[in-house]
Amino acid sequence: MAVHSFDHAQQSNRFVQNRERARWHDSALWFVRQKRDRQASMIPEWEELREKASQIKAYTLNNLADLLEEFERQATRVGAVVHWAAHAEEHNQIVHEILQKHRVRRIVKSKSMLTEECHLNPYLESRGIQVVDTDLGEWIVQLRDESPSHIVLPAIHIKKEEVGETFHQHIGTPEGNADPTFLARAARHHLRQKFIGAEAGITGVNFAVAENGSIVICTNEGNADLGVSLPPVHIACMGIEKLIPRLEDLSVFTRLLARSATGQPITSYTSHFRGPLPGGELHIVIVDNGRSNLRESNEFHRSLHCIRCGACMNTCPVYRRSGGHSYGTTVPGPIGSILAPAMKPETYSSLPYACTLCGSCTDVCPVKIDLHHQLLTWRGELAKERRIPVSKRWSMALASIVLRNTRMYQLAGWLGRNALRYLPRFLVYNRWNVWGRSRDFPPPPRRSFRAAYRERNQKRRERKPSP
Amino acid sequence: MSSSSRKSILSKLRQHQRPKVELPNLSEGHWIQYDDPVAQLQKTLEFVGGSFHQVENVGAIENVLANFEEWRAARRVLSLVDEVTGNVCSDEVATPHEFEDLDFVVARGDLAVAENAAVWVDDRQVRHRVCYFITQYLILVVNRDSLVSNMYEAYQRLGQPFPRFGCFISGPSKTADIEQSLVIGAHGCRSMQLFLVG
Repeated sequence: MAVHSFDHAQQSNRFVQNRERARWHDSALWFVRQKRDRQASMIPEWEELREKASQIKAYTLNNLADLLEEFERQATRVGAVVHWAAHAEEHNQIVHEILQKHRVRRIVKSKSMLTEECHLNPYLESRGIQVVDTDLGEWIVQLRDESPSHIVLPAIHIKKEEVGETFHQHIGTPEGNADPTFLARAARHHLRQKFIGAEAGITGVNFAVAENGSIVICTNEGNADLGVSLPPVHIACMGIEKLIPRLEDLSVFTRLLARSATGQPITSYTSHFRGPLPGGELHIVIVDNGRSNLRESNEFHRSLHCIRCGACMNTCPVYRRSGGHSYGTTVPGPIGSILAPAMKPETYSSLPYACTLCGSCTDVCPVKIDLHHQLLTWRGELAKERRIPVSKRWSMALASIVLRNTRMYQLAGWLGRNALRYLPRFLVYNRWNVWGRSRDFPPPPRRSFRAAYRERNQKRRERKPSP
Repeated sequence: MSSSSRKSILSKLRQHQRPKVELPNLSEGHWIQYDDPVAQLQKTLEFVGGSFHQVENVGAIENVLANFEEWRAARRVLSLVDEVTGNVCSDEVATPHEFEDLDFVVARGDLAVAENAAVWVDDRQVRHRVCYFITQYLILVVNRDSLVSNMYEAYQRLGQPFPRFGCFISGPSKTADIEQSLVIGAHGCRSMQLFLVG
């Protein structure tokens, strides 16, 4: 019986079929993790920054309603128009209405995980609007009709030869040319015309400052800035958790974000928009889409601290070896495995198990989310709701009986030791032994720990006769 | 539709109160200070792909630029610094699209940050902010006394009134989206040079 419609283990099985590619993916991400470590170690106050960031986010979540209203007031005062969307569909409708009002047919978009979450692109495209993703990685996955496999490095799963092939098909670069510099130049050249021809620009938001109504967008490519400084209409889409109270709080988050994400001291561009272009319009769409529910959870509300740096993905041994698509979510990796089941437990209940509980994600998280604790908590919740497979439920129930009863435990140990020693291999390693699919048990010991301990005490007593 | 969602989101957020947490006082933080902030700025800027020059006065900038082939070959130069000659006048340009073929922009940075080589520019010196991003090559000029060690000091100095648009620029635009190979010159400028004056 399938208890979850999406199975991470099954999906990642496909990814690891190609061992060479899986190894390449693993090392590409580990390289990013190492760059992060070098940058973090250069800042003596790194832990203090993380602590402050965590406190600021906790304060923000506690006072979210007041801060959102303050943000709205300040942003409106400087000429922005603030919209509120309870869910993805409403978000898409709002964006579409704004575009319709201006008779916009062509838009450029910079990276925004929120618009991915809301599936804005297909919504607009089916209504006759041309959407061009301008972040190079996002554009590559858009041309290939895929989705990003990482929130910061959307095309991390694609090889340069495949990019060369995609560009050859879509923009006519010479066949077989897979040089990253050449391909990036070709994209620059092609997308320049898209920027020039765009009638509106859509962006995400990295931080929204309540105190002065400004929004901050961080990119390395400069695509967000080009996309919203040429056309007169800028639509910025943000989740309610993107807020920070004060301008000076940016001095904490801008120091953490890029160092954690890609091992850079800061992104090439950190742009602050306070109101629209002269003569233009700035629309800010504030989206809930399940976040206010998550905020009410005592266990998982801290996952709303996330600033989407992707550090937990880069370090995760499961993510690195299974690829972002194996999670089937907009946000994959450890943080995605907390967020997705909160939104759709019936679909994503396998994700909290895509984790070894090694705790590396918790160590690197710049806002101190206790990721692996939350993943463990999820498993408890899912077991209570009976959202785990029967095999796991029964084996856990059995283990619980055995572990509570001394005689049963002794018997199980004896059975295990002898079964592993004497039974033919096919009886131990078969399709019911999921654990043993890609690994072997260690050779069984000749006797139990209990027996060894008894023997040791016996010998001691014999050596030292009691007084 | 939108106003009812506004109401429902806010009331849901107000319904559920969380235990009180204080907003931290950032002025008490132990933010990094460099013994030689100029050296740190240079090191960091070069790490992020930019070029660093230190000159005695603004008048010396053009002499340094004359060494660069791109500068000598440039056809359209927008200079927002009096001492550097340009041939495009920002105020005469009606739409930002007319900056499409800009070769160079020379602009003042109000502030430079040693820890990450970020330079602050805003829309007070130029009508079309796109010039910082659409130009092929970017030259930023910052006074020595506008150099700070860290981002906390930077935001303290930005102060009030905050501009309508401002940006920290750290090095040229770049991407590593194809197999993590670093390519300088993504959508924004293809090179960024910083002149520290004084």
